[in-house]
Amino acid sequence: MTGNLDAARAEGYPLRRREVVAALLAERGDLLVVAGLGAPVWDTTAAGDHPLNFPLWGAMGGAAAMGLGLAMARPDRRVLVITGDGEMLMGLGALSTIGAQRPENLSIVVCDNERYGETGMQLTHTAGTIDLPTIAVAAGFAGADTIRSDNEFKAALPIIREAPGPLFHSIKVRAEDLPFAMPPKDGVTLKDRFRDALQQR
Amino acid sequence: MQEGQTDAGPKQIDWPGEIFSVLRDWQVRQVAYVPDAGHSRLIEMCDGDGEMRLVPLTTEEEGIAVLAGAWLGDQRGVLLMQSSGVGNCINMLSLARVCRFPLLILVTMRGQWGEFNPWQVPMGQLTPKVLADADCLVFPVDEPDRVGETAAAAARMAFEGPTQAAVLLSQSLIGVKSFGR
Repeated sequence: MTGNLDAARAEGYPLRRREVVAALLAERGDLLVVAGLGAPVWDTTAAGDHPLNFPLWGAMGGAAAMGLGLAMARPDRRVLVITGDGEMLMGLGALSTIGAQRPENLSIVVCDNERYGETGMQLTHTAGTIDLPTIAVAAGFAGADTIRSDNEFKAALPIIREAPGPLFHSIKVRAEDLPFAMPPKDGVTLKDRFRDALQQR
Repeated sequence: MQEGQTDAGPKQIDWPGEIFSVLRDWQVRQVAYVPDAGHSRLIEMCDGDGEMRLVPLTTEEEGIAVLAGAWLGDQRGVLLMQSSGVGNCINMLSLARVCRFPLLILVTMRGQWGEFNPWQVPMGQLTPKVLADADCLVFPVDEPDRVGETAAAAARMAFEGPTQAAVLLSQSLIGVKSFGR
């Protein structure tokens, strides 16, 4: 037993992470994407490797802060951070740093399966009572919500893509093992192709 | 005694102002920091600059990720911290190293030169070693008249490399904090 964490509930969540991320990135336009390590990297890559994705193979806890720096540098472009609950929990302070800057073009999505998926599906704190969107609102985000159903997700999609931010959405997804879909691993390649693609457009 | 000098000795060197000039020269746009008393004048100058954006952090490692994002968006930045913050950065430094992001860090040293607080000493003593182990170029400076050129040298190597470079501003520059004792 792990404190007050619930080991069973995320196995029954109706939303599936790979479909959620594919929908987030369908018709992405000129969206800039930072993906936190683990499942969000595999899921964004499964939706189609893209030079304007920056997948993090490490730097756990850094995805939201990286999205912040990018959003401040390019206020003319929408920045979407797609990360996991374990990665977000390691960098919760970044939510207050984002709240202090309030970039309108930044949207953070946590695909929350309540698990450390890469290390044996151990429970994260989100399997308990912690409510990440409430923390984001308290930190000064313009909006935040928890998404639990397909209808809620469809309604949230245009908000995630276009509404004034900073925005935070926790999408509760089923705890499940899925095949890997790996992007390039070389950090210099990922950085250079992102910068080249961004400067060409 | 020449005209313009006083009994107080030669003119004080405005080393925070010289660092600020270096940041201006390199068009630094994001100034990420966890504050230190030794950085307070520099932070004020950056705050007064219409083109620099101050990004206060909750922990120093956030700054490494923020400035990596900034560089993806083609902006340069700088990360300010005191030596105790270096220990908070170790894993995140792998982001700068593996991807070769430019990373200019300005560290005000504690626990190094007449330190009053023994709790500052371990990280102060470890700072140059762990930065070097993390593949970060290290530029210690303890004379006020060399701060400007040292910051310029580090900035050039960080931004032109691109690589990670840290300027360690000696506690002897900043003055020893004694809590009135």
